[in-house]
Amino acid sequence: MEKMTIHLRVWRQAGPNAPGRLVPYTVENVIPDMSFLEMLDVLNEELIAKGEDPVAFDSDCREGICGTCGLVINGIPHGPDRGATVCQLHMRRYKHGDTITIEPWRARAFPLIKDLVVDRSAFDRLIQASGYTSINVGGAPDANAVLIPKDKAERSMDAAACIGCGACVAACKNASAILFVSAKVAHLGMLPQGQVEHKHRVVKMIDRMDDLGFGSCSNEGECEAVCPKEIKLANIAYLNRSYLTARFFGGL
Amino acid sequence: MTLDAKIPSGPIQEKWDRHRFDSKLVNPANKRKYTVIIVGTGLAGASAAASLGELGYNVMSFCIHDSPRRAHSIAAQGGINAAKNYQNDGDSIYRLFYDTVKGGDYRAREANVYRLAQVSVNIIDQCVAQGVPFAREYGGLLDNRSFGGAQVSRTFYARGQTGQQLLIGAYQSMMRQVEAGTVTIFPNREMLDLVVVDGRACGIVCRNLITGAIERYAAHAVLLATGGYGTAYYLSTNAVNSNVTAAWRCHKRGALFANPCFTQIHPTCIPLSGDHQSKLTLMSESLRNDGRVWVPTKKGDKRPPSQIPEAERDYYLERRYPSFGNLVPRDVASRAAKAVCDDGQGVGVTGFSVYLDFADAIQRLGRDVITERYGNLFDMYKRITDEDPYQVPMRIYPAVHYAMGGLWVDYNLMSNLPGLHVLGEANFSDHGANRLGASALMQGLADGYFVIPYTLGHYLASGGLAPVSTDHDAFAQAADSVQKRIDRLLQVKGKETPRQLHRRLGAVLWDEVGMGRNEAGLTRAIARIPQLREEFWQNVSVPGTPDNLNKNLEYAGRVADYLEFAELLAIDALHRTESCGGHFREESQTPEGEAKRDDEHFSYVAAWEFSGVDQPPVLHQEPLEFEYCKPSQRSYK
Repeated sequence: MEKMTIHLRVWRQAGPNAPGRLVPYTVENVIPDMSFLEMLDVLNEELIAKGEDPVAFDSDCREGICGTCGLVINGIPHGPDRGATVCQLHMRRYKHGDTITIEPWRARAFPLIKDLVVDRSAFDRLIQASGYTSINVGGAPDANAVLIPKDKAERSMDAAACIGCGACVAACKNASAILFVSAKVAHLGMLPQGQVEHKHRVVKMIDRMDDLGFGSCSNEGECEAVCPKEIKLANIAYLNRSYLTARFFGGL
Repeated sequence: MTLDAKIPSGPIQEKWDRHRFDSKLVNPANKRKYTVIIVGTGLAGASAAASLGELGYNVMSFCIHDSPRRAHSIAAQGGINAAKNYQNDGDSIYRLFYDTVKGGDYRAREANVYRLAQVSVNIIDQCVAQGVPFAREYGGLLDNRSFGGAQVSRTFYARGQTGQQLLIGAYQSMMRQVEAGTVTIFPNREMLDLVVVDGRACGIVCRNLITGAIERYAAHAVLLATGGYGTAYYLSTNAVNSNVTAAWRCHKRGALFANPCFTQIHPTCIPLSGDHQSKLTLMSESLRNDGRVWVPTKKGDKRPPSQIPEAERDYYLERRYPSFGNLVPRDVASRAAKAVCDDGQGVGVTGFSVYLDFADAIQRLGRDVITERYGNLFDMYKRITDEDPYQVPMRIYPAVHYAMGGLWVDYNLMSNLPGLHVLGEANFSDHGANRLGASALMQGLADGYFVIPYTLGHYLASGGLAPVSTDHDAFAQAADSVQKRIDRLLQVKGKETPRQLHRRLGAVLWDEVGMGRNEAGLTRAIARIPQLREEFWQNVSVPGTPDNLNKNLEYAGRVADYLEFAELLAIDALHRTESCGGHFREESQTPEGEAKRDDEHFSYVAAWEFSGVDQPPVLHQEPLEFEYCKPSQRSYK
């Protein structure tokens, strides 16, 4: 298998208040079957062996489901492959001699921690604002007591596929979390179990999104383009309809 | 030390009901006066935090991730079992119980497994009420599929993302309690020690992974839900941050470690492609419902699969196990794959993979049906290998996946250290020597939603819990030992990276304590691991400082713990000279090459007591009794 030399420009920043800059590195012997993060592992191995501080980046499952990883690669969150997280990107996408720029998510609501790692706890606080059904353990009726049309269940599942990685926020020029919020509202709103609190959920999550410093939506659609789980803009339309209904006719 | 499993008396069907009635209760107004620490936010930890928060306890929830939602339960693909019998195909609580005990090769505790089967039906109800979008039929009812090792369709699923959906359900319920003020979350914290005062677990010491601060937290009880230890093998299907550290530190404080040699090697993973590889990716076992496993009959056959005629293919699972065919349990399927590859029939560049072929299923059901069932798995496979499984068969090979062993717990999920409870994969109790597919999610949620709320209440209400402050000497001593270990890691300033050392440990474990184990190999491993440990402490390189985010420092600490734990794993495997489930001792097999148990000598739980690094651990035995499922040679023929 042919080996490649890859040039990198990596955002290095020692801490939230330290100045940051793009630092050039070169990685030799990159194999096309390597994942992008494995290529960064190789870089870090070299840095550690030299006694230098390795590049801090987040990752965990490395199979595209946990939502931990997230890098802006040549300006695109999660890189060039559509519908994939950066851990699923492979070096066969690049050729010998390429230069790749790697930056962190940049958004006011996601403050930087170090190098390529940002704080996404704002997403937890969004879910905290009614991103659930208020069902205590113990009192649930039989699972088949309520029939749910297959297409509704499928639409709910499409939205529930969101992994909470934050790429939608990173891609949005307003750093809005609207796609994330709409995915949760649609996931629960499509199901009878989620309908009970639907109106309250919509209003509370939108209010919380504003409080947390996320921007508003101006319908550019970058979020959908970079979403590794291909969450659709249609969810935002559904959210907007639900929000208007709740505000004007729902007494909220 | 005598191990009392505290199994309630009475017929197995009534044990749990009786036990719940006999358990003491905490007055609703008093619950908020009790603080409970939960470490880990996977299915077991998050469900426990949600249900204890709902009851009114003061819960502190810790995880190493930036958000509780990232725990590795999220990666479980295939499904969750429950004895609902919605398909009218002969399922029952008793059958799920029986299948699980048999599937575990008669090395699990009957009473625990029966309870698991009982509460399985409540789990599905709870999850649906939370809004988990399980797969449905056109009539609106829940859909089920069959899964490895079962002849009924009892597996509930949400595409290939069941773990994700169940975890998000538990996480959301937990975040509801955070909003309500009963649960406080502490993300980016790594538990590095357990604090024991007067024999009771009463707190933890952890490192704040962002600031590097060593923090102390006190509580009336500690619940450990930190998952399994598969990453000891370096390559596994676990997440790269999964680790044994929290469980191992509890072990070093006196908690017994049970059956560490019971590791599950999953048969359907994407094979290794090179040295750079950081993890192995699982392809859901559900694929075996429609895919057919085969290798060329001729050794070293290098023709592309499409050019190998039907007559020259060996569908070895269907041939060897006509009644279960491709759906035999995981341990059986993994060993069969290893056997054909060791025999020279393996395919791919390395010769260490077998085909999983969907051509027949696509012809029979149409491409659309296959896409609907497995589309995301096919996409994932293509992304990683650059091959299209709709056109050419997948190539798969076994990989380390799940740990059946774990900290010893009694029927109440409490370890031998009063106050320390262990839930989910981190404990040892329900899967014996082999776990059946779709049972891990079931156990994690059973422990968190339906078992611990009762048994923890009983512990707290039983009295004798003096409040402990983090100023206590035991906290200072634990924090000090944590700090010293971190300092020591930073001071070595050697030449090798933690990853290089971890990879070497993994190679030893995979070769000698992997799918086939024998006395000579295990003895070699037991000699080699302390040498690796020595090399680690002589030559590890951990640059940077401890006072900020330093992932390499975190990783080095985990590798150091694996280097201690791995020795126990090998010692346990050497001592158990029988084969059972995932533990295959080559010396103990039937004439057909199947695992041969030795019930006369090994029908017990091996619970090991720590007696110092470089000191032999002490074995304690909990005898296993099988009143309902009479041990027999497992047969899937």
